Amino acid sequence: MLNKLTMLACGALTMSAAVTAETITIATVNNGDMITMKELSSDFEAKNPDINLKWVTLEENILRQRVTTDVATKGGQYDVMTIGTYEVPIWGKQGWLKPLDNLDADYDKDDLLPAIRSGLSINDKLVAAPFYGESSMVMYRTDLMEKAGLEMPKAPTWTFIRKAAKAMTDKDAGIYGICLRGKAGWGENIALITSMSNSFGARWFDENWKPQFNTQPWQDTLQFYVDVMEESGPPGASANGFNENLALFQTGKCGMWIDATVAGAFVTNKTDSEVADKVGFALAPDNGLGKRGNWLWAWNLAIPASSKKSDAAMKFVSWATSKEYTALVASKKGWAKVPPGTRKSLYENPEYLKAAPFAQITLDSIQSADPVNPTVDPVPYVGVQFVAIPEFQGIGTAVGQQFSAALTGRMTVKQALASSQRLTERAMRKARYPK
Amino acid sequence: MAITSSHKSKLIYTVLAWTISGLIFFPILWTLLTSFKTEAEAISASPSLFMFDWTLENYRDVLERSPYFTHFWNSVVISIGSSLLGLLIAIPAAWSMAFVQTKRTKNLLMWMLSTKMLPPVGVLIPIYLLFRDFGLLDTKLGLVIVMTLINLPIMVWMLYTYFREIPSEILEASRMDGATIIEEVFHVLLPIALPGIASTLLLNVILAWNEAFWTLILTAANAAPLTAFIASYSSPEGLFYAKLSAASAMAIVPILILGWFSQKQLVRGLSFGAVK
Repeated sequence: MLNKLTMLACGALTMSAAVTAETITIATVNNGDMITMKELSSDFEAKNPDINLKWVTLEENILRQRVTTDVATKGGQYDVMTIGTYEVPIWGKQGWLKPLDNLDADYDKDDLLPAIRSGLSINDKLVAAPFYGESSMVMYRTDLMEKAGLEMPKAPTWTFIRKAAKAMTDKDAGIYGICLRGKAGWGENIALITSMSNSFGARWFDENWKPQFNTQPWQDTLQFYVDVMEESGPPGASANGFNENLALFQTGKCGMWIDATVAGAFVTNKTDSEVADKVGFALAPDNGLGKRGNWLWAWNLAIPASSKKSDAAMKFVSWATSKEYTALVASKKGWAKVPPGTRKSLYENPEYLKAAPFAQITLDSIQSADPVNPTVDPVPYVGVQFVAIPEFQGIGTAVGQQFSAALTGRMTVKQALASSQRLTERAMRKARYPK
Repeated sequence: MAITSSHKSKLIYTVLAWTISGLIFFPILWTLLTSFKTEAEAISASPSLFMFDWTLENYRDVLERSPYFTHFWNSVVISIGSSLLGLLIAIPAAWSMAFVQTKRTKNLLMWMLSTKMLPPVGVLIPIYLLFRDFGLLDTKLGLVIVMTLINLPIMVWMLYTYFREIPSEILEASRMDGATIIEEVFHVLLPIALPGIASTLLLNVILAWNEAFWTLILTAANAAPLTAFIASYSSPEGLFYAKLSAASAMAIVPILILGWFSQKQLVRGLSFGAVK
């Protein structure tokens, strides 16, 4: 009888635990590292039986539109959101994100890379936890470089890149010396050209928020970009973004590709890449002005202020961005699949350094990017390849269209810059800058 | 001579029709073919139409990674639910506009249609706030309501056009025989206008099935239909074309089959009253 009663009580307790289990909804992008996180999340649920997870995976722009609507209207549909480095300072200042004060005791915030951490903090308080970070770098074909009789320095200049691109180009064989983003968009060609412009001494705005497209450094940047692409770029480059250039590089059509450091894992993956064993890496180029042309980006997990399950959400964020999670991915998928670019300890791990030949370049690139002082001259904004103001998405895409037009030859470089200056001035006037 | 000329023009029109049909169908065919390729073949610079290693791996991955049948069921409920609810409102509205006209009926119809000209994003925030306050976010009921409202102007217009083709004398005769308004609508009007009603229903099922603004914004994990399922397979960084094609094929095949079986009904309904 007693046994039966005990069993009944146990059953009731189990049922009540199931009934009281909290379900948190996580919105994320469809990138490889996020898919792995979803796959391995059963480990989190096993350790936290009182928390169930629901996933909403979406394409980046749709996700951005959806979570922005939700967070701005306090809709409360999501408990954990995947957001970029662009959103964090804007949303953090608006008070739309919960400060991450209650991360696990062994979380070790000091292990986060300073450049990444500074972009995710408001008044020194972390408002989002980095899931993976990236910068940009040069990926090049070692065989083509050798054939051209050149040697890639660890830290090349733009002049060398142009010379090497020309030497590697063999249009008859369908090989183009350089592949760069040309597709219009604030996260596409603008990410690349803005990073480039930093190394040419250009900036989007001066200290009084006055647009700077009518200055010589911008003229030099855009002219260089258009010239090098005309000389050595693939046809139809104005339609090429990350994925298109990845496809070109993997199929052996590009001599060099300057893009996100996460591409290192793709181009060296023997299953998909035809040139996996012929790829070298170098830092993004510079012009001797003290700034390199590399960007800084991270996908981060944040808890919206409207979440009613912030304790459970905090536990999940702690788990997914912890050292423990890194070890879990390494044990299940291998070190090469570990989310990169967020923790110092990862770059001290010899197993990771062995599995990822691009690891040191990634670390050096991330550490050399400074989102607070991104340019040669001082600026009033935060962000390396973007300006962290709400208006930037619209302005950036419009300017990206002008630059894309210059690349196709529909506009001259001068016309594209004059048009960019006009439309940016108009947008900033409308938004009442300086504020 | 005349026969030869007519034969020639018939041949030209047939070839033209097949060419246009081929052009329209080609993107769907390409999606279907890509869904059977590997990711590497899907992005190949020299793609092959049929000569590649066929694989079902993408379908297996998609089914493993996403709850396809949940999304499918949500699409079925939202599209059929909103079309039926829409018909329930649109039939009496179109009846009154067709048979009990006032001098403002035309203006009213134009105003209804003009609501379709507003970009949906223009009313995003008010609708989102209403949904939040009424607890309709991420619910199928919420989506049924919003889809009904979005497609209602088209339903009313279509039904109004069909009803106008029916001689009012037939309805008057039924009234003379003592039929009530309900009896007149159900026993006289609806049987005559059945092809038009069926095509209105089918067209709205298709429109609601394919709608990809509200269904993406107003849902999260519970009520997300197939449009959200497709959107989860696009990626800014990485290879995804083959899996995206598999997800797209799985989302469009049900509605393609429905369209195939109901094409006669659709064509008859859409051309109803086109020739007098």
